[in-house]
Amino acid sequence: MDPMESIRQGFFQECEELLLAMEEGLIVMEGGDADPETINAVFRAVHSIKGGAGAFGFDNLVGFAHKFETVLDHVRSGTLACEAECIKVLLRAGDVLADHFAAARGGSPPPADSDVVEDLQLLSGDTAAEGAGDEPEEFAGLGFEPIKFDIETEPHAPAIAGWIIRFAPRAALYAKANDPYLLIRELGTLGSAEVLADLSTLPPLDAVEPDQAYIAWTIVLNAPVERAKVEEVFEFASDDCDLEITPVEAAPEPVASAVVETAQSTEPLPELKPIEPRPEVKKETAVQAATENTSKQTIRVDLDKVDRLVNLVGELVITQAMLAQRVAETDLSKSATVGNGLVELEHLLRELQEGVMAIRTQPVKSVFQRMPRLVRELSAQTSKQVHLSVEGEGTEVDKTVIERLGEPLTHMIRNAVDHGLETPKERVDAGKPSEGTVTLSASHRGGRIVIEVSDNGRGIDRARVRAKAIEKGLISAGAVLSDEEVDNLIFLPGFSTAAQLSNISGRGVGMDVVRRSILDLGGRIVISSNPGQGSRFSLTLPLTLAVLDGMVVAVGSQTFVLPLTHIIESLKPRVSDIQAFGRDRSLLKVRDSYVPLVDVGRLLGVADSGRDAAAGVVILVESEGCGRLALAVDRILGQRQVVIKSFEQNYRHIEGIAAATILGDGRVALILDVDGIVNRCRAQLADATPLPATGTGP
Amino acid sequence: MSDKNDTAQETRRQFITFVSGGQEFGANIMTIREIRGWTETTQLPHAPDFVRGVINLRGVVLPVVDLKSRLGRGLTEANPKHVIIVVKSGERTIGLLVDAVSDILTATAADIQPTPELARDSQSAFVEGIAVLDQRMVTLLSMEKLLASLAGDNVPIAEAA
Amino acid sequence: MAKVILTVDDSRTMRDMLKLALTDAGHTVIQAEDGVHGVEVLGQSGSVDVIITDINMPRMDGYGFIDQVRRDPLNRSTPILVLTTESEPAKKQRAKDAGATGWIVKPFDPEKLVAAVRRVSP
Repeated sequence: MDPMESIRQGFFQECEELLLAMEEGLIVMEGGDADPETINAVFRAVHSIKGGAGAFGFDNLVGFAHKFETVLDHVRSGTLACEAECIKVLLRAGDVLADHFAAARGGSPPPADSDVVEDLQLLSGDTAAEGAGDEPEEFAGLGFEPIKFDIETEPHAPAIAGWIIRFAPRAALYAKANDPYLLIRELGTLGSAEVLADLSTLPPLDAVEPDQAYIAWTIVLNAPVERAKVEEVFEFASDDCDLEITPVEAAPEPVASAVVETAQSTEPLPELKPIEPRPEVKKETAVQAATENTSKQTIRVDLDKVDRLVNLVGELVITQAMLAQRVAETDLSKSATVGNGLVELEHLLRELQEGVMAIRTQPVKSVFQRMPRLVRELSAQTSKQVHLSVEGEGTEVDKTVIERLGEPLTHMIRNAVDHGLETPKERVDAGKPSEGTVTLSASHRGGRIVIEVSDNGRGIDRARVRAKAIEKGLISAGAVLSDEEVDNLIFLPGFSTAAQLSNISGRGVGMDVVRRSILDLGGRIVISSNPGQGSRFSLTLPLTLAVLDGMVVAVGSQTFVLPLTHIIESLKPRVSDIQAFGRDRSLLKVRDSYVPLVDVGRLLGVADSGRDAAAGVVILVESEGCGRLALAVDRILGQRQVVIKSFEQNYRHIEGIAAATILGDGRVALILDVDGIVNRCRAQLADATPLPATGTGP
Repeated sequence: MSDKNDTAQETRRQFITFVSGGQEFGANIMTIREIRGWTETTQLPHAPDFVRGVINLRGVVLPVVDLKSRLGRGLTEANPKHVIIVVKSGERTIGLLVDAVSDILTATAADIQPTPELARDSQSAFVEGIAVLDQRMVTLLSMEKLLASLAGDNVPIAEAA
Repeated sequence: MAKVILTVDDSRTMRDMLKLALTDAGHTVIQAEDGVHGVEVLGQSGSVDVIITDINMPRMDGYGFIDQVRRDPLNRSTPILVLTTESEPAKKQRAKDAGATGWIVKPFDPEKLVAAVRRVSP
């Protein structure tokens, strides 16, 4: 990649980080706890964005950042007191800055920012004339474009042959490490120069103070250049010296004679040497050590490299399993050393795997951090007062999971604000504080990640949900459902209780889409609710998408894997527990209830699977939205951690099959998707019989 | 390698030729990744007959398509002497089950004829043309089209074996 | 002539761009992220030929850094260029008062950067 492009990408990344830091700081300021360093940090973030943006020509971003920065500068220097109203403006400005950044990055038109700009300018007291690229106000509304003329240069200036420069540095010039030798050398690049040193004030050597200025120079520069160019050479030093620049007009007499007259000393031109010898220091070896940034606590690694590592470790796990299996089949298994060695290998590999997986984990913070802004916008759009409380941001989740978490979370929060929370008036009428709270939390629980989105709003109106479901034909009028089952009806496709589909939650993008996203991640989602008090969505997600704990079962000559997370228990059914139902369904009696019995072999078209459920084993599983299911298989082969391999890229999605894995014998085994199996059952039912989806029998 | 051939002289391409069900076929060598012997596949539920299942190719789960069956000519009775050609096109990699691999041939545009109208049938979707080389007739297949047809819901069911 | 240049800036983008422009001109670049880090790095490397520093940085800002450098006998006379934006004349002055040798305006033109380095270093 071209280096500039790589820096540009780095800039985009850095901006994202800076925007987050800025927002964090602003939120702290909003809470009233800000110390000077926090305010400074916010200022620096905006300042840095401006600086980088300038280098890449993102003028709109620079312009806005500048106005924002100006206000922040006033706040940090104490000339502007920042209370509630001011903070609100700053928060909005932060959001607009983020929009400007997004527009700059994506090459799209900049956002509308005039009201925020106005508010910022009110705060900073600056006129509209300030800032990069603004039209001066006095020209606004004139009806024509003012054109600037440069009227400094005289049309008929006499030709300049050169300049006579009298340069007398003061001590301060040396103190700032400016060097007359270098300045004069640079003058020499403009044209040929004759240099005369004035040593008249130089005391005898033993009275010389090394940091004092004694020498002045007169330089005759034979260069027909502009004055500005000469001044430029002395730009850095102009405050710390006496400088006289006199033009020499092109004249017949040689310039040299002019020099003789103005020289104050008749000494020949001395050779210029630096006044202070530089200390000799061995730079090379020391530089090597300091060339790289001193190592901090993190390093940046390409995700590809990490993915490769994860895959390799996955292969190691499979190979180890294969090895263990082969050994078990031979006499080697009797050897204690071999056996111990293999066990040790397995332990080490598991540790290695955990370590490698941990590289890919990140705190959920990166996803959670988008939510405050979302809530601010929703709150404004719905005119509801919303407080967002966030917990457990540091909970670590696999990067692949994090990336796909954003959308469902956004949707759930939208739902909470839009449907869950009441308007301030409604809340007060109900005896609640006018401000509603949405809580977003993440934690580890039993090897899974649990994320909850809850609100203290009105809760689910079960009567309405039920009525809607009946209306849409999702359940029958007489269906008996527990409260929990009614709540979970909202996950069914095509469901929406909004009387008018609000702008926010959108048409047709309902909870079923959210549920699907979570299921695709290998997770589960349930909702619980208390009327009048609020609702809570609970998501559980696997720690990683790459590996899963599964139960290996045999169905005919095929081997399948069932995710342990869905398994409730396994049992050996008695013939008397199996009840026929409808045309070709069966139910299994499990303790006090009846659970649908699914013949996995038949469902998946396994030619030689057993037909008699009682001869095999039943695995009781939990599915989303359909309660429990009993899966009839032939044998349980064991329990194992398996590496998940997708085949969808090379083939396509198969309903009921989540992915594949490679077993110890090198063969491919398919991983079952419980919810997909449910869908397959439903589809079969729909195809085969004219019974309604919730049919209760002929 | 064959890129240079492409631009230097009009469409001079290399093909790998293989035999399936008594017919000889050819495929652009650039799509061929490797050649393996037949191994038992793991079946995929309710897959069309010509999708024999999946195998493990060094950690990648590879679907295996029976070419003979895909072209509607019945299932191959596979044994270890049969060959799986690993083919990649775009993002997809699959294994193609054939009887045996024959040769590598080079053909220029002049050697390739379009498929005769009357000979077109369900096979024709994948056929790029016919090459006559060394007095043999080689049916050139488009691996791209063959692989692409695996996706989507309208995968044609092969005629009964 | 190739120089050893220390760049001090909390923005990674700015550090990268300075490094690119300076190494293209044949110089060697060492980097630091703020004033404190800059002092550390100077301590490790002995002295450098030129220092380029930003003003707004966490922990120790540009002024503090320049001040420290000017007190260190080894680096008392090392030229220091500060990075400023055009709209900060007061800051420029303050930096000069603190002992800065010269300045570079952000966003910087790589040629001007290299010229400024040449102007302050033999």
